[in-house]
Amino acid sequence: MDVRIINVRKEFGRFPALHDVSLDIRSGELVALLGPSGSGKTTLLRLIAGLEFPTGGAIHFGGEDASLTPVQERNVGFVFQSYALFRHMTVLDNIAFGLRVRPRSTRPSRREIRDRAMELLELVQLQGLDKRFPTQLSGGQRQRVALARALAIEPRLLLLDEPFGALDAKVRRELRRWLRELHDKTGHTTVFVTHDQEEALELADRIVVMSQGRIEQVGSPDDIYDHPNSPFVFGFIGESSALPVHVQDGQVQVADRPVGILANGCGDGDATLFFRPQEVEIVDGPGPVIAGVVVATRRRETNRRVDLEIGAARHRIEIEVPLDRDIHGSGRLALRPRRWKLYPVAGPREPNAGNQVEFVD
Amino acid sequence: MAPDTALMREDATARVAMQATTESRRSRIALILCATGFLFLFLVLPLAAVFVEALRQGFGAYLSALTEPDALAAIRLTLVVAAIAVPSNAIFGVTAAWAIAKFEFRGKTFLTTLIDLPFSVSPVISGLIYVLLFGAGSALGPWLQRHGIEVLFAIPGIVLATIFVTFPFVARELIPLMQDQGTADEEAALSLGASGWQTFWRVTLPNIKWGLLYGVLLCTARAMGEFGAVSVVSGHIRGLTNTMPLYVEILYNEYSFVAAFAVASLLALLALMTLVLKTLLELRFSSPHGVARH
Repeated sequence: MDVRIINVRKEFGRFPALHDVSLDIRSGELVALLGPSGSGKTTLLRLIAGLEFPTGGAIHFGGEDASLTPVQERNVGFVFQSYALFRHMTVLDNIAFGLRVRPRSTRPSRREIRDRAMELLELVQLQGLDKRFPTQLSGGQRQRVALARALAIEPRLLLLDEPFGALDAKVRRELRRWLRELHDKTGHTTVFVTHDQEEALELADRIVVMSQGRIEQVGSPDDIYDHPNSPFVFGFIGESSALPVHVQDGQVQVADRPVGILANGCGDGDATLFFRPQEVEIVDGPGPVIAGVVVATRRRETNRRVDLEIGAARHRIEIEVPLDRDIHGSGRLALRPRRWKLYPVAGPREPNAGNQVEFVD
Repeated sequence: MAPDTALMREDATARVAMQATTESRRSRIALILCATGFLFLFLVLPLAAVFVEALRQGFGAYLSALTEPDALAAIRLTLVVAAIAVPSNAIFGVTAAWAIAKFEFRGKTFLTTLIDLPFSVSPVISGLIYVLLFGAGSALGPWLQRHGIEVLFAIPGIVLATIFVTFPFVARELIPLMQDQGTADEEAALSLGASGWQTFWRVTLPNIKWGLLYGVLLCTARAMGEFGAVSVVSGHIRGLTNTMPLYVEILYNEYSFVAAFAVASLLALLALMTLVLKTLLELRFSSPHGVARH
């Protein structure tokens, strides 16, 4: 089912949680709402579910306005961060709950409910645990029961709030792959909330990056990672180094010296240069470069991370250096980013503005 | 094997920790003696005295003191009052706790404070409030009299005073419990299509049932044992408006000690029973299948 979110605002008392958010979710899509805590992502999810109502704007479910439809009638499966399993019911009763509370006219027979719950138990690979209580399950198992319970009502839309937040790293990775497979098998339109960019990149068809109650960028994982359209997205997705620079006569300068980067279109004035630590090259010969003093090195699996202090302001950046390169304690290192983005500093805040400069060498 | 050894190690560290914080042997014995002596003097001895005095003239006298018409009337009245006050306060307590724990609204803190009021007001004052409210000299008094409604010196007054005094027990017990549990379970039930009532009966009530039972138990004990407030509004009419605690006082003032202590022994038994049930409930609370609490 398509979901359209149209200019939705949400305020809690005087506190604005969402400012004018618009988003289209296509049928069958797996969408991640990604952002730091306080970015409004969970609020948006709860608004879609009907657990909160928008202060302004509208939410359409497959063409019809569902903004004021109560949660009971929206037919959405919601998986809570804490799972919210009913602790006094067995796993089977938990899964069957949504069918058992239906009015008599639409309620399947006892037998059918049982069979359906058992089927779902099998779908989430928990056969044989039907008589257990939630307290007798591991975190990953509880998470699957919560998912089965949400799927039991044959929801038009599946919503998951930080689905893997409370699990350890290994279980998290397994469940992530499993959820993707399940989604491909069942085809439910799914929206999940996460603060983990790795999770969003790996799992989602499309990522909605949010910050401070606004949508910063919407796009495929490739779009978001390769073409971040704001300093926030660049900094939030993947690793990044940021360096304050000055643009003069179309040249990027650090500490009043050009560093060999053209400011293609970025007007004169202060700007911030963003690049990924792994996308730099170390320059040995002469020529304009970014030069810095090595202040720390860290060994990683296949490379070495180096902290550099740049210029008199001793601004610290991180870069990646091959293992075979000899790095002396507090030696100097010169580098040039292979790919970078330049964002002008200050000026009015313009989300999705096109006045940034992107360059690939 | 591995978990076993881990457990043993944990056990050993626990023992070491205990040794590090414990007192010397002599002061430990002194402290225990002090505590048990105190308990004996102020709890066990009076309790034993109640039963000894009650049975002083044999079991026959004890039984006849309890089966006297006035005594039976007092017992009946006490049960009736509790049977009205406890369910009312249970319903009130659940709704108040529900409102306070699950919703945000203006004046929430005020309501919480208000619920605690009966704890901080002397029971005699609570009774007096009703005398001032419904008495002959009040604004309501003449109207009530004209319509033949008896509140003071009758059962309604006693019930009202008892409800007031036992007001906080259930609510106080449930508010922290429900706040702790949050609203996720209810939201989950609603999102699965359950109605408000279904959510309450199938999800909320089972989640709070042990806490509710505990509150009801304390409320019952207090409702049956209340003296001060009831004493002010009851009028002490024998066989009509005397509850058990009031009847004990009357008998004692009339020097019929055996009868007084016989009735008192019933109240003491009630207290003991409450204590046992309370302990059982607490055990249930802390068991892994019970509701996690405190």
